[in-house]
Amino acid sequence: MSNAAQLKISSELADKIRSHGAETYPHECCGALLGRDTEVAHRNVFREIHALYPLVNRRDDSPRNRFSLTSQDVLDAEKAARECGLEVVGWYHSHPDHPARPSQYDRDHAWPWYSYIIVSVANRVPEEMTSWRLTDDRSEFEGEEIGLQRVAS
Amino acid sequence: MSVKVIIPTPLRVYAGKADSTEVSAKTVGEALGQLTSKFGDLRKHLFTEDGKLRSFVNVYVNDEDIRYLSKENTPTKDGDTISIVPSIAGGLL
Repeated sequence: MSNAAQLKISSELADKIRSHGAETYPHECCGALLGRDTEVAHRNVFREIHALYPLVNRRDDSPRNRFSLTSQDVLDAEKAARECGLEVVGWYHSHPDHPARPSQYDRDHAWPWYSYIIVSVANRVPEEMTSWRLTDDRSEFEGEEIGLQRVAS
Repeated sequence: MSVKVIIPTPLRVYAGKADSTEVSAKTVGEALGQLTSKFGDLRKHLFTEDGKLRSFVNVYVNDEDIRYLSKENTPTKDGDTISIVPSIAGGLL
């Protein structure tokens, strides 16, 4: 990516993602990240998450290692975002008993521009949380620094 | 046939930030071809290397999923709107 990208999220929202992962364990949880991008000086862009839109994992055949959301889920999340004056800027999901690193499957199915937050959940306990963006050429994910904010968005 | 194509949010950066564009096409396949000719960087995110629509790319003509019509051979007419809507998927393995 040509511009430095940062992701800001409140501790409260980060904890909600962790809780969602713990609730659905041993299955993967998933949901939308609602927020907006702000371009600041020197062509830096930071992305701020202001709300979450938790969704139901549609992969009921293999929810322990897969998640999916339908186009209707995406449209519903986009509608919810518009109603708050926000947009869908990414998605979160959990990796039960697995590191918070994107897999080949994650990469094969990813869209560019979105932030993908992954939380690792081990034995129902949330652990590491990371964020990633697919590169323009789809060859890899680039890590995105998460900046936790103390005040709830 | 003049057809409007709605560009999904994650791809707008490759289309000069446009949220839609007009193309002249008789079928959905022609419209998508025009779209990716106009904005070449969209192609790899919509199509696989062998030219098939990626499984997580959903295409609608006036709210009807082309999978239930004639897929990319679905005819289009003046004033139709083609929407490209993502599905989202992933997993730890």
